[in-house]
Amino acid sequence: MNSIEIESATLLLGGRPVLHNISLAIQATEFVGVLGPNGSGKTTLMRAILGLVPPASGTINVLGATAMRGNAGIGYMPQVRGDLSNKRLSGWDFVASVVRGHRLGLPFLNAAGRREVAWALDMVGARELARRPLAETSGGERQRLLLAQTLIGRPRLLLLDEPLISLDPAHQAAVVTLVRSLQVELGIAVLFSAHELNPLLGALDRVLYLGSGHAAMGSVAEVITGPVLSRLYGSAIDVVHLNGRIFVMSGGYDLEHDAHRHDDDHDHGHGTHHHMPAHRHV
Amino acid sequence: MTTVTGPIITCRHTAMFDYDFMRHAFAAATIVAVVAGLVGYFLVLRGQTFAGHALAHVGFTGATGAVLVGLSPLAGLVVVTVAGGIGMGFAGERLAQRDVAIGMVLSLSLGLGLLFLHFFTAYATQVTALLFGNVLSVDTDTLWALLALGGVSIGALGVIARPLLFASLLPELAEAKGVNLRLFAVLFLAIVALATAECAQIVGVLLVFTLMVGPAAAAQRLTSRIDVGLALAAGLALAEAWGGIALAYWTDWPSSFWITALSATVYLAAIVVRRVVT
Repeated sequence: MNSIEIESATLLLGGRPVLHNISLAIQATEFVGVLGPNGSGKTTLMRAILGLVPPASGTINVLGATAMRGNAGIGYMPQVRGDLSNKRLSGWDFVASVVRGHRLGLPFLNAAGRREVAWALDMVGARELARRPLAETSGGERQRLLLAQTLIGRPRLLLLDEPLISLDPAHQAAVVTLVRSLQVELGIAVLFSAHELNPLLGALDRVLYLGSGHAAMGSVAEVITGPVLSRLYGSAIDVVHLNGRIFVMSGGYDLEHDAHRHDDDHDHGHGTHHHMPAHRHV
Repeated sequence: MTTVTGPIITCRHTAMFDYDFMRHAFAAATIVAVVAGLVGYFLVLRGQTFAGHALAHVGFTGATGAVLVGLSPLAGLVVVTVAGGIGMGFAGERLAQRDVAIGMVLSLSLGLGLLFLHFFTAYATQVTALLFGNVLSVDTDTLWALLALGGVSIGALGVIARPLLFASLLPELAEAKGVNLRLFAVLFLAIVALATAECAQIVGVLLVFTLMVGPAAAAQRLTSRIDVGLALAAGLALAEAWGGIALAYWTDWPSSFWITALSATVYLAAIVVRRVVT
């Protein structure tokens, strides 16, 4: 059985079609990298799979049922998570807040709940750092806690929205490796969105590339090609292979890198200088 | 009350609890401090402390308006703060996290309160009590009202605590799991409004921050565990309120001053302890 089946779906954001008449299927056990420029619909697609954005037309099937809010089989790492850095709560309590978090009552766990939190923290190697307040963890450590949180409830599908944003290359590689090992060990499907393909190259099974309202899915060799990406970007695209890395270029500019830089500016106001060398080392 | 003026001077150290007004004051402070500590913990966690501060000022309009039309100030305080809290919750993040909008509402509320007082000039002491609190004048009826309001706010908080925590930490995920973010924002601010109205009875509308935010913020500095943090927030609020009243009894200085002084001291001490330990 496929994990996700999307048939001729059109997704709107603020009344404007972001993805138009797309069809795709995600298998029960695979690691799919979701790529595409800013505004191409990566987050909207995940929100649709979660049932938060109903398709204007077409159907979205998730784990054998129509996509709807409250699907316990999905683990989700949202992209907006800025103000966790001023929370004084421990990583343990942060992850624990997800256990039956939608039910009314007091926020204290029974023994089974505590075992679930311990298991999720162990899976990502965050048992020790979970003792510290969120405000005293690094970006990479918070990312591991966010990943642990997605495992609560033993999901069969993980939706990870830009887990690599504002991490340095070493931490990016660590997150990708960790997610890949979780995906294989638990035998689940993972949708992992990113601005850049290169950090994911060793880990992913297939690529889902979004652009101009369309979607292209397949292996890296099938999708990351000049003709396919030219269609998605609506302009002439060159794909350059260099030392095992892949660069998506338009008129001499590295498109994925530009998109990445744009988001980092938003995050902490650093300019291009800081990230150019970092990118080249990926 | 008239019986207390004589013996208060001669045997104040041994007889603090001989007086009805002192027993009432400690009872009221106990109820209010526990409510303020617990509600304040979530207020600090959600980063909505300024919204809580503004709700107290909105309450001043309600209290003075109620006096103007011949109702009890507590009734006006409760009705208007709860309405304000619900309104703020519905306005959502557009209003609740905008400092300027909240600041405007806050000052307009004080201005309106002043206008109502202008029409009702005879009650200068009542104004002082509303603005800065007068825990020593709590009567039995008020005590019962505080107990009922406190029971409602803590009961309601106990019912929504888990989804509220979830929605505060991971709003996008909580929404995906079926939590109605707007509903819990509204319910929580209504609870904050009730707690604010309670606090205003002890420290006045201008100083609600000192009981709602001070102990909770100090508790979050001292522990990162939610269960310990909640207990500590309530415990610190209790200690500060009791301490403030006792110090007021011994010094004849206003209890609200002592509570703010203790609250600030405890918060600073928490920061220092945190720095030293880590």
